[in-house]
Amino acid sequence: MLRAAIIGLGKMGLSHQSMVNVHPQLKLISVCDSSGYVLDVLSKYTRVKTYTDYKKMLAAEQLDCVFVATPSRYHAEIVAAALERNLHVFCEKPFALDPGIGYGLADTAERKKLVNQVGYHYRFVATFNETKRLLEQNLIGELHHVRAEAYGPVVLRPKGATWRSQKSEGGGCLFDYSCHAIDLLNYLVGRPIAVSGSVLNSVFSNDVDDEIYSTFQFSKGLYGQLATNWSDESFRKMSVKLSLWGSNGRINVDRQELQVYVRSPRPEEAGFGAGWTVRYTTELTKPVWFYVRGEEYSAQIDHFVQCIKTGGVALSNFRSASDTSLVADRMRADADKSRTPVEVNGVESVKGGGDLSGSRPAKSLVRSLLDRIGMGQINNG
Amino acid sequence: MDRVLFGDNQFFGVNHMSEEKARAQSMRFQDIAAVIEVLEDAYAEGIRTFMCTTHERIAEVCDHFRRHAEKYPGFKFYPCLPYAHKYANAAAELGVLGAVRSFLPQENALGALLKGGMSLARKDVEGLAGLLIDAEMKMFAGVETPIIFLQNVATDFLLGLGFDDAFKIFNDHVRERYAAEPGFITMNAPFLLEKLEKMGLKNPIICANVNKIAFRMCGGLEAYEAMIVQNRCRLIAMSVFASGALPPQEALDYVCKFPQIKAIVFGASSRRNIAHTKHLIERRTLSGSPVAAEPTPRQ
Repeated sequence: MLRAAIIGLGKMGLSHQSMVNVHPQLKLISVCDSSGYVLDVLSKYTRVKTYTDYKKMLAAEQLDCVFVATPSRYHAEIVAAALERNLHVFCEKPFALDPGIGYGLADTAERKKLVNQVGYHYRFVATFNETKRLLEQNLIGELHHVRAEAYGPVVLRPKGATWRSQKSEGGGCLFDYSCHAIDLLNYLVGRPIAVSGSVLNSVFSNDVDDEIYSTFQFSKGLYGQLATNWSDESFRKMSVKLSLWGSNGRINVDRQELQVYVRSPRPEEAGFGAGWTVRYTTELTKPVWFYVRGEEYSAQIDHFVQCIKTGGVALSNFRSASDTSLVADRMRADADKSRTPVEVNGVESVKGGGDLSGSRPAKSLVRSLLDRIGMGQINNG
Repeated sequence: MDRVLFGDNQFFGVNHMSEEKARAQSMRFQDIAAVIEVLEDAYAEGIRTFMCTTHERIAEVCDHFRRHAEKYPGFKFYPCLPYAHKYANAAAELGVLGAVRSFLPQENALGALLKGGMSLARKDVEGLAGLLIDAEMKMFAGVETPIIFLQNVATDFLLGLGFDDAFKIFNDHVRERYAAEPGFITMNAPFLLEKLEKMGLKNPIICANVNKIAFRMCGGLEAYEAMIVQNRCRLIAMSVFASGALPPQEALDYVCKFPQIKAIVFGASSRRNIAHTKHLIERRTLSGSPVAAEPTPRQ
């Protein structure tokens, strides 16, 4: 049995607690939170040992691993303290807000051969993993465009009372919603080499962004767009959707459903004939040992345990999560810097209007636009 | 308990297979009149029980059935609470305690607030849970609610935490305050049943997925089948079509193989599908299954 503790008992920490507590290979030793109220109730009714100071807990308890689910701003400090004590660490997303610090923690964990995982749970959703497999099989050919969208109802009023509405605490749609979409793009098509045209816009919030748009450039002429908005209550809960276009077809995928359009079928993928094929979560999802709120939340915890048991590398780790923070960080930099937009003014009609034969080739137009807005290059050196 | 119960996922944009379908449904049922029309169809087909969440729009449905009670003799509601997304969204916005506070009753202020405030201060979970249940049950005043369910997110969250007393608290409050029976919705039925029995809640009402592909049946098919044949709980089967992954006849052949299952809950949006599904269930129930293939109506 691996001895586990949880630090931070908000929505995510409590949800982890309910799964950790019943995992057959984990023994929940203690929990830690700054709210004495929540701790008192848990201690009275679930008899779990509680702490208000994580340093005291780490010093006092014999542990194998910790789950960190505090507000984002505290992740780095707590993770560093846990690594210092040679504990395997599962940290909630978005991991360290500063990608430089994140990569440093990744170095430490890797050097110490400690399992390090971050709660980007979409990497454990069956439809997205099937998409990854199909992309690796090159089913839809060379990708040329991807679109990642995430919408949901988090902020629907100007005032919020928690850290999620404060920029200094790592609040805002960028590190909450966008990071999921960025992480999925990184997972499925690789990290972009540049971002441009990023917009961080407020819909309701005073201090943070509520909707984010950006253009990504990947290698080999692949471009992507990202659109995320956490002020959209037309969605019952967060919804993440990816659309990918390749030289041999396209894929639309969300948590429930995978729609694949294939131009020329490939013999090794017999299940995907010409035209549309639809696969559903019901047939793709593997069973989990315990279900609270979606198989992926259970699966990621079990994956963490199995990585500890086998010395494996987590599917979503400190390094991949730092890549995600890096892209988010560059998007913010891109949005902050002043640039000269290409103005759209009235154009005098030319003879033979509608005939585009004399216009510039589309590709050079795109390139010149990109040059004019100045793509923010991504380097992590 | 009736053999066939009518569910409400289709009315509130819940579809475990397709977001597009879910959106189309939430558009169609935007006007509560469309919901009531389908419920009237279900009533006309002989269905008498509506198992529903405590989504705020259900209040309008309750209003209708209260106002026109004489038109629907025998019609009853099985409320399933809490409406979890409301709490999850509020917890993200207000924090865990803030969310709890925001759902305590506002009106009839003095008594309720005092009691709520005192419950909060004394960490009196029984008192607090009672107030939250009462707040959700308000919309059902004056309609029949013989069984009140704890939603699966809440049941399974508490089950995982080991907050076993919560089931007893729910049981006691529902019985004392509403003279109703408690029910528990879960995705982990064999595990839950064990816990409930340990708490002294014998032969409980449990609503869980039952389908032959074991979709969201934690513990596995074998454990579920063993639990069913032991007949230690009054089981209501849900998600029998595994969100549409199974053809209706095949799905019902499997579920109706177990005479121990007390009821089947399903959702549908047209009278034709309601009638067809109800007929399929009843034919299997009366004749013993499996029965010969029947034509499926076009969707």
